[in-house]
Amino acid sequence: MSPAASPGSRLGDVRSGSAWATFRRGLALSPEITQGLTATLLLALVATAGRVVVPITVQQTIDGGLNATGGADLGYIRWMVGLAAAGVVVTVVAAYLMNRRIFRASEAGLATLRTKAFRHVHDLSVLTQDTERRGSLVSRVTSDVDTISQFVQWGGLIMLVSIGQLIIATVVMAVYSWQLTLLVWVCFLPLFLALRTFQRMLSAAYMVVRERVGGMLGAISESVVGAQAVRAYAVEGRTQQRIDDAVEAHRVSASRAQRLAATAFSTGEVVAGLANAAIVVVGVLLGVAGDITLGRMLAFLFLVTLFVAPVQVGTEVLSEAQNAIAGWRRVLGILDTPADVADPGENGVRLPRGPIDVRFECVSYAYPNGPTVLHEVDVAIARHTRVAVVGETGSGKTTFAKLLTRLMDPVRGRVLVDGADLRDVRFASLRERVVMVPQEGFLFDDTLAANLRYGKPEATDEELLLAVTELGLGEWLDSLPYGLETPVGQRGESLSAGERQLVALARAYLADPDLLVLDEATSAVDPATEVRLARALEGISRGRTSVTIAHRLSTAEAADEVFVFDRGRLVESGPHAELVEKGGVYAALHAAWISQSR
Amino acid sequence: MRDERQATLREGLRILVRAMRDEPVILGIAVAGSAVYGFATVAAAEVIGRVTDRVVVPAFRDGETTTGALALAALAIMVTSLVKAAGIVVRRYFAGLGQYRLNARYRRAVSRQYLRLPLSWHHQHSTGKLLSNANADVEASFWPIAPLPFALGVVVMLVFALVSMFLADPWLALVGALLFPAILLLNFVYQRRLSPLATRAQALRAELSGVAHESFDGATVVKALGREAAETLRFGKVAGQLRDANAAVGRVRGAFDPMLDALPNLGVLAVLIIGSVRVADGSLPAGTLVQVAYLLTITAFPIRAIGFVLGELPRATVGWRRVQAVLDATGALPHGTARLTASGDGAAHLGLDDVGYSYVEGTPVLDGVHLDVEPGRTVAVVGSTGSGKSTLASLLVRLVDPVSGAVLLDGTDLRQLEPGQVAGAVSLVFQQPFIFEDSVRDNVTLGLPAPDDDVWAALRLAQGDRFVHELDGELDARIGERGATLSGGQRQRLALARALVRKPRLLVLDDATSAVDPEVERRILAGLRDAALPSTVVVVAYRRATIALADEVVYVEDGRVSARGTHTELLTTSPGYRDLITAYERDAAERAMARTDQENRS
Repeated sequence: MSPAASPGSRLGDVRSGSAWATFRRGLALSPEITQGLTATLLLALVATAGRVVVPITVQQTIDGGLNATGGADLGYIRWMVGLAAAGVVVTVVAAYLMNRRIFRASEAGLATLRTKAFRHVHDLSVLTQDTERRGSLVSRVTSDVDTISQFVQWGGLIMLVSIGQLIIATVVMAVYSWQLTLLVWVCFLPLFLALRTFQRMLSAAYMVVRERVGGMLGAISESVVGAQAVRAYAVEGRTQQRIDDAVEAHRVSASRAQRLAATAFSTGEVVAGLANAAIVVVGVLLGVAGDITLGRMLAFLFLVTLFVAPVQVGTEVLSEAQNAIAGWRRVLGILDTPADVADPGENGVRLPRGPIDVRFECVSYAYPNGPTVLHEVDVAIARHTRVAVVGETGSGKTTFAKLLTRLMDPVRGRVLVDGADLRDVRFASLRERVVMVPQEGFLFDDTLAANLRYGKPEATDEELLLAVTELGLGEWLDSLPYGLETPVGQRGESLSAGERQLVALARAYLADPDLLVLDEATSAVDPATEVRLARALEGISRGRTSVTIAHRLSTAEAADEVFVFDRGRLVESGPHAELVEKGGVYAALHAAWISQSR
Repeated sequence: MRDERQATLREGLRILVRAMRDEPVILGIAVAGSAVYGFATVAAAEVIGRVTDRVVVPAFRDGETTTGALALAALAIMVTSLVKAAGIVVRRYFAGLGQYRLNARYRRAVSRQYLRLPLSWHHQHSTGKLLSNANADVEASFWPIAPLPFALGVVVMLVFALVSMFLADPWLALVGALLFPAILLLNFVYQRRLSPLATRAQALRAELSGVAHESFDGATVVKALGREAAETLRFGKVAGQLRDANAAVGRVRGAFDPMLDALPNLGVLAVLIIGSVRVADGSLPAGTLVQVAYLLTITAFPIRAIGFVLGELPRATVGWRRVQAVLDATGALPHGTARLTASGDGAAHLGLDDVGYSYVEGTPVLDGVHLDVEPGRTVAVVGSTGSGKSTLASLLVRLVDPVSGAVLLDGTDLRQLEPGQVAGAVSLVFQQPFIFEDSVRDNVTLGLPAPDDDVWAALRLAQGDRFVHELDGELDARIGERGATLSGGQRQRLALARALVRKPRLLVLDDATSAVDPEVERRILAGLRDAALPSTVVVVAYRRATIALADEVVYVEDGRVSARGTHTELLTTSPGYRDLITAYERDAAERAMARTDQENRS
């Protein structure tokens, strides 16, 4: 990582460290999981101990009952079986209580972890800079946490119970016959050792499957997202071929993984057969020598069944454990990534409301590992000034706006608002005074009213209507079927791009900021509407400071001052008329605009 | 509620039947493997019983045994376990094979529908939903196929087990006859209780993911308005609901799993108590007692396979309903058999005859539109936001058909042309072009056999050659989601090249250069004019320079052509057009006047 890169702009992907370290740190962040763990483990002990009740009873029935010295002792058998039944019932109750506690504790802990991580993501600048990574951020607070939850409640539980039952079965076996115990372990040990290898092969196979799923989804999405293009160019056949290929590739990889899984699963059965055969042969020989009773030998056949399940599900459990640790690492990676654009908190500066001035002191910005996109900008914006920022695509205009609103922090230099470094201003205070309207006009899947209220939750319907009217959008609102209650759809997609921008503008206006920053906020509306909006905005921005990133130079003509950016540098600034006279970059841009639009 | 459940069960079983019909051989092999496994499981218990009676008990009683007897016993045990293992491999492998083949089959079918169904159908369904229909819903539909052969094999196993027990001892068989239905019943109750809770947890997971997606997508807004805490509350609320839902699932699982473990154990205990009486009075050999107890122990887990299938049915039903909705959707654009006569070179003649279109019945977007564009002419379509221009553009390439009237190419109604004719003659460039996950070359050609020289020529004309040269690999550079990221302007230029390389006879540009810098746009337009394309051109635009390129302007207002003529003519004859086009100019003039006033006053 380059030293200039701000830390939160990249994701601490996997802070490497042992699985154990991840586990410990994960538990520390979700204290609910370990609360009352001792009681849960005690219950687990009782629940697993219950698994040997049947083999012991079989042995007792045969040795102490049927083969009792002096004939069969049915009373003893009844007594033993009654005791065993009680034991089974106790086991059920203990297992139930254990499950409940594990589910409750893990769910509570993971919900806390999710919410903490979600909150933290909003403080990472990667969220606003690297839109391609958003999907991966979503999965960190959803499916990654789900893999942990699934492991704790399925694989983890099985692991706990399996280990417990292996230990207890071994203890009982050892009491019955050390020779046969050794024999069983000789049969199963290679398999336990091979589990890791099986699991590695399987997880490599499933890795391929996951990649193919990604390819398949990509191919299918062409037929959906690209529906228009596919039809306009009549490339249905080509698209179908690509989908078929991707679907087939996925099927082949999944089938291959399945073959491995089926083989691994069946080995437990083979080894159990081997162990049974060995027990019968050696057990009988021991019995003939008088070293073991009939009941004890037969009990071994029942005890061996306790070895089979752990082996059969072993590979799956290990895979799950691996996924869970990886998922946990990714979630912790989020929390371990320092919030680069962080709220200074209690010690921060509160800015009193009122007109605002801004100063950029030698500000530079570079994306992590990327070239510098803004070079040493030194500029001041006086109170009540309306500034227009112009420049070609990629000239640094939007970066300037993002630094001004502290969506990112400069790599070098400072941005001062009313004399205070932006980094020292409390978020609550900053967001109240400085509001930006981004170009996309993103809306939430709710009603128009709810979206307008987003920046000012307490606003009444009258206030909403007033704001809309003041912006000259009353007629447009009347044309909507349900007025303020119109649902806007996912991301506002029920409205046109232009209409979304109108809502976003009204939403920011309602928030009533002292500094309003507009980033090409009206790029998708037709010229007549744009001019109307510009006029309305001028009216309401009187008494405020405003900065407008302009893509049409009509905005610049109307501003008090124009900032001209070119290849990451502020090359000119001053009133429109002055810059035109000067005959520099702005004059050329303006001339091109005039020839285009008039 | 009850009816709903029965309906789900019936529907679910129908999915299983359909799956078996679709993949009879593969799934048949899986079921056969599972039946072998079921039989071998019962046989294993029989072997243990016989070995106990004939080898073990005599050896312990007499204090002697023979190598032959031991070898035979060991061999019998090994053979049954190998048969069992072979059954497992066949069952699991072929069940998985069948499941994946079914997934692939229906994914292909669903995506064929996506490609076949008209655009109007696509507009009614969100991208996310359609992707999940092809992926998650297909998968859910055939999830029960994996345990299905297992479950069917278990039925075979239960029959053999009961027969084996009856042959051994009717009294002990009674335990099995009571125990097996009890386990099945408990399983049934378990799945009934669990599935609504699991469905709810599933829905909440989707909702949580939706909240996170939305919140992160709108991150700039969240940040700009300082709503991080409120968003966290919103997320936390759903996370809390999911926590409670998962805990509810846990309570049910936590109660039923131990009970299902305990039932066979209680069965074994019952066998011990009944069996020991019978052994004691000499009516039963000890080996048989061991055999039945052992049988109950090893059949306990497989019986749950039936529960696995039942448990997945509700989810499968929901998934299948969604998949079927896609498969059953109808309404493709019908094609005719006509061919364009003047095909090959030469610009096309375009006619619109009384064309009307509406997305919602009763509110027409276009109404009675007449248009007649002579070959080789360039027409600009101008109108305010929402006036129906883009709809008009999509009618010209037959993305949609008009509700009334007809679109004519060289005098032929587009609907009468055979497939491929329209796309072969007309190219439409969208404002927001779609970029395929592929190389630059394939994105331009889209499979058209065009030499690289032609691709470069098209890129040059679209002013896209420079940035392609800068890409690593040039024409071979991968673009799209997992390749190089292109800016909006670069995407538009690539899409323009895609149209130009086809040398269309009618070129339709729908605000196709809106994200391109004005200077670059000027060069593109100049290039288009100089190239003297063999095309009729229709451009939808706001910019004056774009409009200036046109021989004629069509002004669309409220879904009707309200004026047409040259730009200069319309400025005088159409007040609406004048207002729209001169908005910036008038604005500037009024401002200048205001300034002069101010200066005069001061």
